[in-house]
Amino acid sequence: MATNFSILDIAGSALTAQSQRMNVSASNMANANSVAGPNGEPYKAKQVIFEQQLQNQGVGGVQVQQVVESEAPARREYQPGHPLADDQGYVTLPNVDPVAEMVNMISAARSYQANVEVLNTSKELLMRTLSIGRS
Amino acid sequence: MIDKLSQSLQFHQQALSLRQQRQEVIANNIANADTPNFKARDINFSAELQRATSSLSGATQPTKTHAGHLQLGATNSVTAQLQYRTPTQSRLDGNTVDMDIERTQFLDNSLRYQADIQFLDDRISGLRKAMQPEQ
Repeated sequence: MATNFSILDIAGSALTAQSQRMNVSASNMANANSVAGPNGEPYKAKQVIFEQQLQNQGVGGVQVQQVVESEAPARREYQPGHPLADDQGYVTLPNVDPVAEMVNMISAARSYQANVEVLNTSKELLMRTLSIGRS
Repeated sequence: MIDKLSQSLQFHQQALSLRQQRQEVIANNIANADTPNFKARDINFSAELQRATSSLSGATQPTKTHAGHLQLGATNSVTAQLQYRTPTQSRLDGNTVDMDIERTQFLDNSLRYQADIQFLDDRISGLRKAMQPEQ
């Protein structure tokens, strides 16, 4: 049976998912200029994919299905003096779009706040429910 | 005596249970505000309450002729039918959650939940007063 506490689970799952999205966004922005990763390749922008959790009759929160790497073409910059430049003098930079990442970050933060609000309201209602008949 | 007491509280119980379910559905909508292809859902509250209360006061209450018989119609939980919300604006990712609607509905629902609890509280204190010995 569904209890009042499952609202906390739902909002909590959203908090987890949104903060993972923010982590990924932060990682993208931090690595916006990483020309070499551990595998020697330039960093690739990552995106999370959200998926609905299915529990009782379709109400069940959200989860991160997977983290995918962006397929966008890498940026190339002409820097002949760079140690990682190719024969033509171009350096391959990550395919991170800083503007899109900022927008993504703001959107994630707003969604996170909305879910915190849900949590606070639910907690208030729960406390109120626990005090039925005490007056 | 006891069944009369519980009967007088049953309506509020049904209403609270439905309100709580609706709260859960809306929390789920808010949690999935960024999930691609998620469709926002809601409960038609008045129809569901009518359905719940009509099944509750139904005249067809079977009589127990054996100690092993289970009580029918005394289930306290009602499961509401979920319906899809009609989207006002379409989004490219197929998601139909409108954050403004969801948040106002969440607020509305939580206020009405508190009102229900207030009614229940008053009812309980009224019953308690009726049970007090003469002062």
